[in-house]
Amino acid sequence: MESGALPESRLLQPISGRRRRTDKAMRWLFWLATGIALVPLVLVMIYIINKGIGALSSEFFTTDPTGNFLGAQGGVKSAILGTIEIVGFAALVTVPLGIGVAVYLTEFGRTGKLAQAVRFFVDVMTGVPSIVFGLFIYLVLVIGEVGGSTFAGWKGSAALALLMLPIVTRSSEVSLQLVPNHLREAALALGAPRWKVVLRVVLPSAASGIVTGALLSVARAAGETAPLLFTSTIVKATTFNLNEPMNSLPAQIFQDLKQPNDELVERAWGGALTLVGMILIVTLAAKLIQRRSRGKGAI
Amino acid sequence: MEAGTPPVAGGKRSLGRSPLARLPDRVLRYGLTALAAAVLVLLAYFFIKLAAESKLVFEQEGILGFVFSNNWDVPNEIYGALPLVVGTLITSTLALVIGVPIAVGVAVFLTELCPRRLRGSLTILVDLLAAVPSVVYGLWAFYYLIPKLKPAEQWFADTFHFIPFVAIDSVPGPNYFIAGLVLAIMLLPIVSAISREVLSTVPSDLKEASLALGSTRWEMIRTSMLPYARRGITGAAMLGLGRAIGETIAVTIVIGDNPILGHSIFGQGYTLAAVIANEFNEAAANPVHKAALIGAGLVLFVLTLIVNSIARLVVMRSERQSGVPIVAQGGVA
Repeated sequence: MESGALPESRLLQPISGRRRRTDKAMRWLFWLATGIALVPLVLVMIYIINKGIGALSSEFFTTDPTGNFLGAQGGVKSAILGTIEIVGFAALVTVPLGIGVAVYLTEFGRTGKLAQAVRFFVDVMTGVPSIVFGLFIYLVLVIGEVGGSTFAGWKGSAALALLMLPIVTRSSEVSLQLVPNHLREAALALGAPRWKVVLRVVLPSAASGIVTGALLSVARAAGETAPLLFTSTIVKATTFNLNEPMNSLPAQIFQDLKQPNDELVERAWGGALTLVGMILIVTLAAKLIQRRSRGKGAI
Repeated sequence: MEAGTPPVAGGKRSLGRSPLARLPDRVLRYGLTALAAAVLVLLAYFFIKLAAESKLVFEQEGILGFVFSNNWDVPNEIYGALPLVVGTLITSTLALVIGVPIAVGVAVFLTELCPRRLRGSLTILVDLLAAVPSVVYGLWAFYYLIPKLKPAEQWFADTFHFIPFVAIDSVPGPNYFIAGLVLAIMLLPIVSAISREVLSTVPSDLKEASLALGSTRWEMIRTSMLPYARRGITGAAMLGLGRAIGETIAVTIVIGDNPILGHSIFGQGYTLAAVIANEFNEAAANPVHKAALIGAGLVLFVLTLIVNSIARLVVMRSERQSGVPIVAQGGVA
């Protein structure tokens, strides 16, 4: 892998000073680029920790927003639980569907016309702005009052699901493609039917890659604000009924920020810190799984 | 590549399965095919629904009139989305110009120059940039970046006022440049993750041959790695562009939300995605306004469709060239 520097040989012409200097300068530039890339991460982290840490308290996590004009404003309990419910439900629906489409692409469709078309449009879906998905769900499910409600938590989940589906599908497909064919062939040669090969051999071999992709899609969806604004909307009270309007952290942050009230702005920062913490945990879990499976040599 | 189908017919009878035993296989195959086809149906329905719901505004303004006339005047019910389209294009171009060179630099550094001990942790750190939600980037930019950068922007606008689209009397806090900068930060992890994958597919014989001929490390990168990975990197940049075009909340916070055509990159503006997020609540009562916002969504969809199609074609050609599928491991896969 590593193409190390060649040992200096007296037989070769020495590299001219200009070339050596260019080389050195460019190496420094690449170092610098990486440094610059990390600056915003560090700055953002320091800033939100500074701003948000003061808002964190046990009440912050255990009370709902009060909505009072004056006085105590309450915490973000409903928003945290709402985010977990909405994203959790979206993942519950999307992950099996995305894996299903990926299994179709690698095991059945392969290079057929339908598979090619699905692959292309799944990629296109990756680039569709989340707010347009939000609009679509608003038009179809919210205005249509599907399920007897206008705004509802599960409609937020639906918007996020549209966003997550291509991510889950693409990452699962890639992991499934990495399963060596001799495993499939061996199982088939032993007389296992196709469905058993898929369920007992192919999917378990690709499990870590699939889980990683699913977790990354969850991390991505948890931070989305725009599609939730007009699907699950913003409310104060905690609810466990997915057919009711439901609060979520990104939406709550967006709302609090616009208020001319220092306490609310501080709550927005506390919420931001909480959200980043939650997403970091999910992302790091995904990276860890990815790493461990690489270490085992499965990829 | 091809996994053979089990010998169902033609072989010995005893090896054949009864129709009942073959049922689960069929269910799986046709079920999954239907599921995959459903994705296409869903996207088709998605497009038709948006088109149907925005019909009102296209009837009033005409398709070209909606996209290309410079007048977004909600109180007078005139909807010309040009300032929004231009704002979207300006901010995402700025994001590409700022973000892509840095992202590619990071990718080259991490695949080629980085000391091995640092590589794992630096890679994770760069990927973590994708973990910060856009609303948080927006907030941070609004409260931290805007005040910090304002004097520098003013200085730049005054000193280089002779460059087109730079001069402005007084730089407003939120503006195109800040939005572009924030978008650059957001597309950096995506572009660098894909570029990294592409660069790691450069065969080591190519690199070694270049070094053996006496190239310095940089000459090897410039003459062997970058040309080989050029198409893949272009595809990565296009994917990043798609992301930048559709980004909503962060841009809404830092662009100034002013539907005018900016004459300077430090001017205030608006984007398609931001206008939807901001005006949708008030628009619910006015059917034409609502149709206009849905129309903005449709334009956005078509724009990303075009960008992504180009990106996919470019990446596909580069995959065919190298024979290795290119996989993103970052925020988007």
